[in-house]
Amino acid sequence: MKKSIILEHQLVPKHEIMTDEEVRALLKEYGVTLEQLPKIFSDDPVVKAIGAKKGQVLRITRNSPTAGEYYYYRVVV
Amino acid sequence: MMIPKEIGSVRFGILDPEKIRKMSQVRVITPDTYDDDGYPIEGGLMDLRMGVIDPGLRCKTCSGRPATCPGHFGHIELVRPVIHIGYVKIIYSLLRSTCRKCGRILLPEDEIETLKRILFSEELPEKPSHEEKEGEEELKTSVEEEEMEQMALNLIDKSKRITKCPHCGEEQGKIKLVRPTTFYENDQRLFPSQIRERLERIPDDELRIFGIDPKVARPEWAVLTVLPVPPVTTRPSITLETGERSEDDLTHKLVDIIRINQRLADNISAGAPQLIIEDLWDLLQYHVTTYFNNNVSGIPPAKHRSGRALKTLYQRLKGKEGRFRYYLSGKRVNFSARTVITPDPNIKIEEVGVPQQIAEELTVPVTVTEWNIDKLKKMVLSDKYPRVKYVISPEGRKKIITEFNKEEVAEELAPGYVVERQLLDGDVVVFNRQPSLHRMSMMGHLVRVMPGKTFRLNDAAARPYNADFDGDEMNLHVPQTEEARQEVEELMLIPKNIISVRHGEAIMGANLEQVTGTYLLTKGNRKFDRKTAMRLLGRIGIKDLPKKETFTGKEIFSMLLPDDLNVEYIGKTCKKCATCEKEKCPFEAYIKIKDGKLVAGAVEGAGVKSPGHIIKEIYHKHGPQAAADFINNLTVLALHVISEIGFTTSLEEGDLPEEILKEIKKVADKAEKEVDKLIEKYKQGQLPEVPGKTPEEVLEDLIMAELSKARKIAISLTQRGLGQDNADVIMATIGAKGNPLNLVQMQGMLGQSSLRGKRLTQRGYRYKMLPHFKPGDISAKPGGFIKSSFKKGLDPIEAFLQAMSGRDSIVDKGINTSRSGYFYRRALHAMLDMWVREDGTVRDSSGAIIQFRFGEDGINPMNTWNGKIDVDRIIKEVKEGS
Repeated sequence: MKKSIILEHQLVPKHEIMTDEEVRALLKEYGVTLEQLPKIFSDDPVVKAIGAKKGQVLRITRNSPTAGEYYYYRVVV
Repeated sequence: MMIPKEIGSVRFGILDPEKIRKMSQVRVITPDTYDDDGYPIEGGLMDLRMGVIDPGLRCKTCSGRPATCPGHFGHIELVRPVIHIGYVKIIYSLLRSTCRKCGRILLPEDEIETLKRILFSEELPEKPSHEEKEGEEELKTSVEEEEMEQMALNLIDKSKRITKCPHCGEEQGKIKLVRPTTFYENDQRLFPSQIRERLERIPDDELRIFGIDPKVARPEWAVLTVLPVPPVTTRPSITLETGERSEDDLTHKLVDIIRINQRLADNISAGAPQLIIEDLWDLLQYHVTTYFNNNVSGIPPAKHRSGRALKTLYQRLKGKEGRFRYYLSGKRVNFSARTVITPDPNIKIEEVGVPQQIAEELTVPVTVTEWNIDKLKKMVLSDKYPRVKYVISPEGRKKIITEFNKEEVAEELAPGYVVERQLLDGDVVVFNRQPSLHRMSMMGHLVRVMPGKTFRLNDAAARPYNADFDGDEMNLHVPQTEEARQEVEELMLIPKNIISVRHGEAIMGANLEQVTGTYLLTKGNRKFDRKTAMRLLGRIGIKDLPKKETFTGKEIFSMLLPDDLNVEYIGKTCKKCATCEKEKCPFEAYIKIKDGKLVAGAVEGAGVKSPGHIIKEIYHKHGPQAAADFINNLTVLALHVISEIGFTTSLEEGDLPEEILKEIKKVADKAEKEVDKLIEKYKQGQLPEVPGKTPEEVLEDLIMAELSKARKIAISLTQRGLGQDNADVIMATIGAKGNPLNLVQMQGMLGQSSLRGKRLTQRGYRYKMLPHFKPGDISAKPGGFIKSSFKKGLDPIEAFLQAMSGRDSIVDKGINTSRSGYFYRRALHAMLDMWVREDGTVRDSSGAIIQFRFGEDGINPMNTWNGKIDVDRIIKEVKEGS
């Protein structure tokens, strides 16, 4: 796949695909099911750019003015 | 919000005459209600089988008493059928679309088939599986569906114009409807019985084409042969004080129907002429029609003997006061009160003054225990104000306390009972002012019963409600359970809301002259003799003064502060000097409180109003109640201080010296000239180019900058001209009321007026604002720059331009408040059910995560300094060990 330039943009935070192991730990930590996580569409430009598939969970690392780094998790639907 | 259950579908139908008979308990034949003894007549409209409303009687159907019997239907057999007014349109449409002889749709066979295919989705090809290209497909089908529905409607329409039945060859007559209920075919009367016969002939499967489900709504049922009689509970009669009975409007109407029905039957069996029978038939139709809807156009509404129009079925449901809007979607609240609010600086901010009348009406449930039983017994026996109004036994029986049973009830009282006593001083209540767009729009207050008819509110507590006292009304609610009371006390009480959760600043504090009073008290080294100091502090209950003869204002102020309080901040009077001299600030703008003593600075708005540094510090270090006490004490003290010192302003207070006025004029003239120069430069093309802007925009920007610079200079000139001790300047700079710009506009010059944030160019006449200007002139004055002041007065042109600007801002305000109000409402409903869970996540009611940490940082802004955790501050505090 052609490397997308949108990932280079300063306003696009870092998106990573989480391993199954990590996802299990995440779900356990918050005591939720996959459906209760925030969602992201599979045709989202970033999702397409990093090649994530439906059902995978993305860890998004955002910069926060008050909290430094902030992790957000979204499941691809 | 999550909806746990969804309504799949709702089906409406018409009652089948057979069903009406089946659900009927009695055939009503007598148009009377009660006999001479007041006992319901059998077979009459108040027949005991239709339920009971009189105490002591029992229902003959369910043997229930008035409280338990739900009521049962009866029926009237109509001698001749009549048309149901609600279905006239459908009947008309069906009569025209179907054959008068064979009852089939007046369309050729193939077109009927097309209609069936279009309308019944079972025969449509199944929708493609939902995997790919979902959106596209759905769009297409919905467009297609719409087209097809339109086609179907066209076909049905066409059927109304066909004059010969394609099925049996019968010639069709022209059906005419004379509103409300009379049908003609080729000018010959069609009687309801004939109509009914025709409707009966329409086949089931062709009915579906008209959107009628024959299982629940055969069209002939719309022509009534049997009329259901609603239960007596639906139309209760009332007994007047005179012992006379007064029947419900519906009963009256049913009496009419039965009476005419009976007369019609008698005439028919006596073989009366057709004409008479038809007249009676029409009369029956009239009564049945008005029974359903007494407001049909074309017929006079049925009237009561007094001339009042009867309120029949349709009227009961319709409109704002109808069953739906009034009772089903209406919301009302018990244990609440509403009246006008008036200010009272002498009650505490956490209190609310409740009128005696309201306190006597509202009640609080109190559980009887062995500790309060004596007190409550006394209240049961009392016949004046603190009274118990009801007693609820442990079995749940509720008794009203009256003059006669109070001794007996008081004797019976034991732990475990609950009594409902009148509102007392110190009860917690919720106080509210609409629009409630804040959590601070509903706060907990402590009751203080007072004479008068208004709610009393300390004006320091008015701000979070956005209340003023020009006639505002507010609501008061009395929590009715221990849990609710606890919640109000812990979360909603005024002291706990002094700091806003939005930004962590104080939202209650001194106002207006209270700020001025505080400032005058603490400014410089004002001295008070012992007597005066004693009087001032005595007002707030401070009696022990140090043994000395004179007190400074700072010392008096310090007596309100907790002993270990430390605050340092730069006040509003700061002149922004190049080097800050801190405590030695010549303007006393650096406020320092050390160990509860005001050591430097004159306390002003930033300390005691907003953002309220001193209040905030007390709140965080000594708790909500200490902060509330501080505000209570300070405001009262400040009011008395300012009365003691004296403070006044007048029209002349703001007069500027001649030379300052001249200088302001010079500044304005110079700005005008500068603008002319800029325009000249523009014409010669000498203005700098700015990326993304046209030369005209650059010119406009430069002009605006020039003019606002002039205004800025005028502001500082005005302040210089008035001096620091000027009353108006003091009020403006310490944040009591007004701002420096107001002063300039009154005394110096008005400055630029604007429309939609722009200068007044490009509007009004072509190329010019007013006829007095040259076309295309965009210099200062035609653009709305006003050199005059309010005091000097504006010339006509300036007045006009200023009025435009004023109108604009009023229109703007109106538009923005309604728009942002609706915006807020939508946001509110979108986020209504989200809350922060114990693990710090924000979730909705289904448990789905919205944020993994509230606000990304998990911080409650209420506990922050300016929305952040100030680490430097914390380190300093820890180091100093305070």
